[in-house]
Amino acid sequence: MAEPQSALGHAFVPGDHGNAAGGIGITLHERAALSIVQVTAWRETIPAVVTAISNVTGLNVPDKPGAGRSAGEKSVFGFAPGRYFVVAQASDLEERLRSAVHLEAGTVINLTHGRTAIRVKGPWSEWVLSKLFAIDFSEHAFPVGFGRATLHHDIHTNIQRIDEETFDLYVFRTFARSFWLTLGHAAAEVGYRVE
Amino acid sequence: MIIKCPYCGPRDVIEFTYQGDATRQRPDPASSDQIAWNAYVYDRANPMGSHREFWLHSGGCRQHLIVTRDMATHVISSVGFARDTTGTAKSGDRP
Ligand SMILES: [Zn+2]
Repeated sequence: MAEPQSALGHAFVPGDHGNAAGGIGITLHERAALSIVQVTAWRETIPAVVTAISNVTGLNVPDKPGAGRSAGEKSVFGFAPGRYFVVAQASDLEERLRSAVHLEAGTVINLTHGRTAIRVKGPWSEWVLSKLFAIDFSEHAFPVGFGRATLHHDIHTNIQRIDEETFDLYVFRTFARSFWLTLGHAAAEVGYRVE
Repeated sequence: MIIKCPYCGPRDVIEFTYQGDATRQRPDPASSDQIAWNAYVYDRANPMGSHREFWLHSGGCRQHLIVTRDMATHVISSVGFARDTTGTAKSGDRP
């Protein structure tokens, strides 16, 4: 497989930025070397696909709208009826999902080269993300493990809540650099660290 | 205006695409009744009040929805998946 290159390029500048003198409100990090795969069930095969994903990833995914789980570098969440984002560091993720999800049960699409995964962590993460996405980031509306499909400036993003103050964003690779810069502008007032 | 998607929950209207009047009945595709086809394509009642309409949650789960909305007040009285409520063909089904 081709060596993956970051889409962020020269926009990725490690260190402290914005109003960092007042403290670090959030930390931004590009999650590299991931496999990102979308699995879609047919209407009547959702339970079978959920079971297959659990078997491959070891993560038990509740069959509820937007529900998901994450553990270490592995993540699964639903973002539409019968549609799941599956993320892991294993380069054979697609292959393993393909052998677990036959065409009779659903379809498997590898998005690895089409998405950039950004982790946003810190006490001001809800505040900063609320500037970009018109959804409720509070924990009662957006619980840990759950995923969302939504927009920033009319551009799709998938978001998963990892813990109280941590979110993973999956943005289109071709928009990732400008999104990264926008995220930096949004985070400047609270101070942010890139690592 | 906020539409409460049955999958995604309440979302701003900016995430949705209007897909038209959901009360229309498509004539039999084999029919060549020009008056019926003309009515299907062009005639709209445009009521001031409750209206059934298709919306696509294009900025979220990408499902087609049927929304019942008051055209005068924008108050939404119901939202459901279009595939659960229309016709005989189920959009999520395999061909
Ligand atoms: Zn939706």
